[in-house]
Amino acid sequence: MKNTLKQVFRSANFRIGFIIIVLILLLITIYPIFSPGNPLQMIGYDSFIPPGLYVSLYDSLDVPRIYTLRLEGADQIRIYAKLRPTDRELIRDWLLLYSEYNEVFELRKEDINLEDTEALLGLWWTYFDPEIRFENLTIAERRAFARLDTRIDGIFDLYDKYIWTYNPETGEQELVGSVTNLAYINVSDVTNVRLLPLGTDNFGRDMFKQLVSAITTSLAIGLIAGLIATMIGLVLGLLSGYLSGFVDDVIMFFTNLFTVIPGIVLLILISYSIGQEQRGPATVAIVIGLTSWVWTTRSVRAQVLSLRNRDHVNLSKLSGHSLPRIVIKDILPYIASYVVMAFILQVSSAILAEAGLSMLGLGPRTTETATLGLMMNWAMRYTAHLSGAWWAYYPVILVIALISFALNLINTGLDRVFNPQLRD
Amino acid sequence: MKGYGKYFTKKIIWFFITLVAAIILNFALPRLMPGDPVAMIISRVAQNINDPAVLRQMYESYMQRFGLDRPVIEQFFIYVGNLLQGDLGLSFSRYPRPVSDIIAHALPWTIGLQLPAILVGWTLGNVLGALAAYIRKGFDKALMPIMLFMGGIPAFGMAIILLTVFSLNLGLFPIAGGFEQGLIPHMSWRFVFSIIQHYHLPFWSIVLISIGGQAIGMRSMSIYELNADYVKYSRYMGIKDRKIVGYVFRNAMLPQVTGLALSIGAMVGGALVAEIIFSYPGLGTTLLQAIREGDYPLLSGIALIITVMVLLAVFILDVIYGLIDPRVRAAQYEE
Repeated sequence: MKNTLKQVFRSANFRIGFIIIVLILLLITIYPIFSPGNPLQMIGYDSFIPPGLYVSLYDSLDVPRIYTLRLEGADQIRIYAKLRPTDRELIRDWLLLYSEYNEVFELRKEDINLEDTEALLGLWWTYFDPEIRFENLTIAERRAFARLDTRIDGIFDLYDKYIWTYNPETGEQELVGSVTNLAYINVSDVTNVRLLPLGTDNFGRDMFKQLVSAITTSLAIGLIAGLIATMIGLVLGLLSGYLSGFVDDVIMFFTNLFTVIPGIVLLILISYSIGQEQRGPATVAIVIGLTSWVWTTRSVRAQVLSLRNRDHVNLSKLSGHSLPRIVIKDILPYIASYVVMAFILQVSSAILAEAGLSMLGLGPRTTETATLGLMMNWAMRYTAHLSGAWWAYYPVILVIALISFALNLINTGLDRVFNPQLRD
Repeated sequence: MKGYGKYFTKKIIWFFITLVAAIILNFALPRLMPGDPVAMIISRVAQNINDPAVLRQMYESYMQRFGLDRPVIEQFFIYVGNLLQGDLGLSFSRYPRPVSDIIAHALPWTIGLQLPAILVGWTLGNVLGALAAYIRKGFDKALMPIMLFMGGIPAFGMAIILLTVFSLNLGLFPIAGGFEQGLIPHMSWRFVFSIIQHYHLPFWSIVLISIGGQAIGMRSMSIYELNADYVKYSRYMGIKDRKIVGYVFRNAMLPQVTGLALSIGAMVGGALVAEIIFSYPGLGTTLLQAIREGDYPLLSGIALIITVMVLLAVFILDVIYGLIDPRVRAAQYEE
């Protein structure tokens, strides 16, 4: 046993796969300790908040100390942030349209220097008129120009900003402070700061926390489904391979049948019939397990067939050992490696099956738990990809691919150890 | 060819057995579930109907249609009788359109997308796997992890990656649909061009995910064959490497054909979900709509059609396998 493990760990594939899985397991055990609470709690009022460090603006005004820093280029950065390249192009587009519209005003595309902020804004402030309605413009495009105008209003101003508060005694607004353009605060002074490594989803839920919880649930679904499928496959494969005759015929008939009838169709029909309310993660796992045992049955049977007439098995039979004893002592140890490999594949395909089912809206009911598939389903249903919210789906795809990749690596590593012909 | 005839007959009988089994499952699974299926269907469809008289009428019409008040055996024959006439019932969500009509519109899109994509993916995967086994060294070391990783990405994941990169960011391809919105399907250059434009991304996402698994399988088979005794013997005989490689890959291909037959169900399932990402007007997208709108007849019809498609594909692959593997014919003679 020890020797086998040593051999297994010598395979680079196995090691990499093993490390990925261990890292994922560490993440899902440690992270909830540091960040307790319901992963499905809606913390954001807006949908699809981008990843980042969120600092309470309210608390920022109450920091013990405000620092004055004279940083080089701060003004340019500020202006640049308000007038991004897309905004500059928008200004150019409007000016060109205006040049077509107004016969007196003439401007060619080459004349406009997008880098020259002051000149560009000078033209904009001179000629922009929200009342002009160009032909062939959609409402959205017209609004984009109006929005731009509001956004860049006062872009060069460096006036102080004033903080007013309500005084309950006098019932009036009172000036409590002002902020210059050189004022800085230290983020660690702010009381309420929250890191959202993956932003939020459409419901305003912390994506990272949800992802960690979804990995846990999806792995559990994979394990339960894999265990069920492996148990069924093992029992049927042993029976069919060892007993042969009528039992073998019946089992093989059903195995062959369910090999060709696509599992997804069975999954869809069963999941739909169970109904949304009854479909918890455990139910989904059981359904997946019940529909994916054929591969294990086939491979166990093939192994048992080749073992059945070996000398040590015959000897055991002649010694009058009972059937369970022969199976457990003389057959199981020889097929154990195949069963483990089949189990690993079952886990990985069950995770994928759950994802596929959830994408179709047939996954676990959506109120209590997150799974990797459900997260994908939500992202697609609320068109995260059209809003540019990559954080709502790329991490999930990456995690699914990584788990599946790691399990497959482990499997090829094992395969090379137990199938010497594949060794390099 | 006598041996082959026997093999062919066996396969065709097996095809019909599986078909009957699939029909029985399609009929029985929803009925095995606890509760009153018709009440459940109605409750899902009729969320906006408050008039109890209308609900009662709906309930009774479906009871009668499915014949649920009669014995199970009789129900089954009603079901099969309807199937034989190509009658899959009326859709709930697009009432009164027949389910068979909706499926007939979606089916060509799905077949036109999946059949070429799976075949191309399978071929590319096998070529790459064979090359990896033959060249080994750096090529193998670099290719295999990539293939394993790509094999792990679900079909819909690959679809989203392609969609966001090539369509949303680079703007090279349209975002959704099977053809330009507003175009009426007819034979014109514009329409054909539009179909090709919309075809690219769904096609490549299916191709890319099929490559991974096939390449890994082919690589293992080829390495196995390259180590076989006949290869060593041929080398000692001084037969040219090229010729040996030909033998090796022919032998390694055979299990890959069987492998395709065994995995085509899973591939089709994955590709159906990928369709959804592009709102491709095929069976996958229709299936999603059926599920969302509680359109049971449509769902059941699509499930049956997918099964029949997969069974047919497996049957065709079995037939081809019998033609290209001489051992099949030999085995039939021995019996």
